[in-house]
Amino acid sequence: MVHVHLTRHLFAFFPQLEGRALEVEAADVAGVVAELDKLAPGIGFYICDERGRLRLHVNVFIGNAMVKDRRTLSDAVARGDKVSILQALSGG
Amino acid sequence: MTTVWVATRKGTFRVEKQGGKWTAKLAGHAGTGVNYVARDPGSGRLWALLGHGHWGAKLSVSDDGGATWRDNAAQVKFPDGARYIGQDMFEDSTSDFGVGWRTVTRKATIQKLWTIAFGGDGTIWIGTIPGGLFASRDGGASFELNRPLWNHESRGGDLFNGDGTGETKWFGTPASEGGDFAPGIHSVVVDPRDPRRVLIAISTAGVLETRDGGETWRSRNRGMTMDHNPDPEAEWGHDPHIIDLCRSNPDHVWQQNHAGVFYSANGAELWRKVSVPDSGVHFGFPVSADAHNGRVAWLVPGRADNQRMAIDGGLFVARTDDGGATWRQLRKGLPQECAHDLVYRHALDNRDGVVVFGSTTGNLYLSEDRGETWTAVSHNLPPIHSVRFG
Repeated sequence: MVHVHLTRHLFAFFPQLEGRALEVEAADVAGVVAELDKLAPGIGFYICDERGRLRLHVNVFIGNAMVKDRRTLSDAVARGDKVSILQALSGG
Repeated sequence: MTTVWVATRKGTFRVEKQGGKWTAKLAGHAGTGVNYVARDPGSGRLWALLGHGHWGAKLSVSDDGGATWRDNAAQVKFPDGARYIGQDMFEDSTSDFGVGWRTVTRKATIQKLWTIAFGGDGTIWIGTIPGGLFASRDGGASFELNRPLWNHESRGGDLFNGDGTGETKWFGTPASEGGDFAPGIHSVVVDPRDPRRVLIAISTAGVLETRDGGETWRSRNRGMTMDHNPDPEAEWGHDPHIIDLCRSNPDHVWQQNHAGVFYSANGAELWRKVSVPDSGVHFGFPVSADAHNGRVAWLVPGRADNQRMAIDGGLFVARTDDGGATWRQLRKGLPQECAHDLVYRHALDNRDGVVVFGSTTGNLYLSEDRGETWTAVSHNLPPIHSVRFG
């Protein structure tokens, strides 16, 4: 299972996810987003645009490393990984 | 009860008259950018067009008068294969500015949900940046891109099935978000007599009309002129900031344009420039047409494009009662010193003699006597994007 950590900002729109241990079966980041969308329909379109690309001001980390493929989210994830989905900050 | 819906940079506000006083209250989407809020007169449902900074454009709906909101189950998305011709900035060491522009073909994704309109047949229309027109004919259960307009010859033809002509007549607009200069659809007006007749407007392309529910589109730019093109009467390239029509006499159409104010008494077949710069009527963003008398309209003029704020620090609304032949400046109750408000294109509306507008400095003003006198509803709202009766 992959452990998913979400910015609390997303709980404002998807309160059903708050306070839950989010664990999904997935082989890559795109799979993580797809599984999250099953738990909370619509969240995938918050994280990605309609082409499946990571939104410009959203960051995804595997462990402490930012994903490399923002276009198709093909970065692999392994059992026990922690995937963090956060809003990007641009200062201020 | 008359209700005004105010969309702001930081949420949706509901304005009503209570105890003899007009009052604004937060009614949802706290902290979220809201481009437009309107009520579907057919279903009673409220629709809000949101622009989350991080999370993209979303459609939000309320069936209980704004007490609770939810994301609409169907969101507006460009279909696979939707592309458009645009301009990209690139590093160019040979340019004095260090950058150049080149024509590119881009995949379309929603940058902004800009306006929504409701047809008498139940069709819900949404205009976006980049310039997509989406229609729902199932009450919002699904939205479909209008392909005849997307593939229109004026924007390079069918890019779903090839590269088209490679040339678009729809230019960029500074109103785009994120610095992406893509033309957008800010005006959608449906003829109350015939929901298959729809006028739309795009900065900086012009006005288009369909009379068959969106199957075919043609330009409606005759009589319009521009001062940012060597050919002021070219078919394309015009910069309408907004269009509006008279609901009881829809052949009367009004337009605030970058290059002046235009009026048509024959359904946009032919426009006539009715700017009177000496009366302060030339540049601005909003126009609101009277619902009963097609010759009556309100504007909130601004100093031309090099400033984009109230003229000489004094805020006024201009009204014509004679099809634009003459304009009156209506200033009573509006600030006349150090007022530098700008009113966006969707932020002026009228209904049954009540006129209301809001500015980017968070001021909301309302008149109950067709603009003769004004009162301030609030000076402390977030920057106001749209103001609509509903």
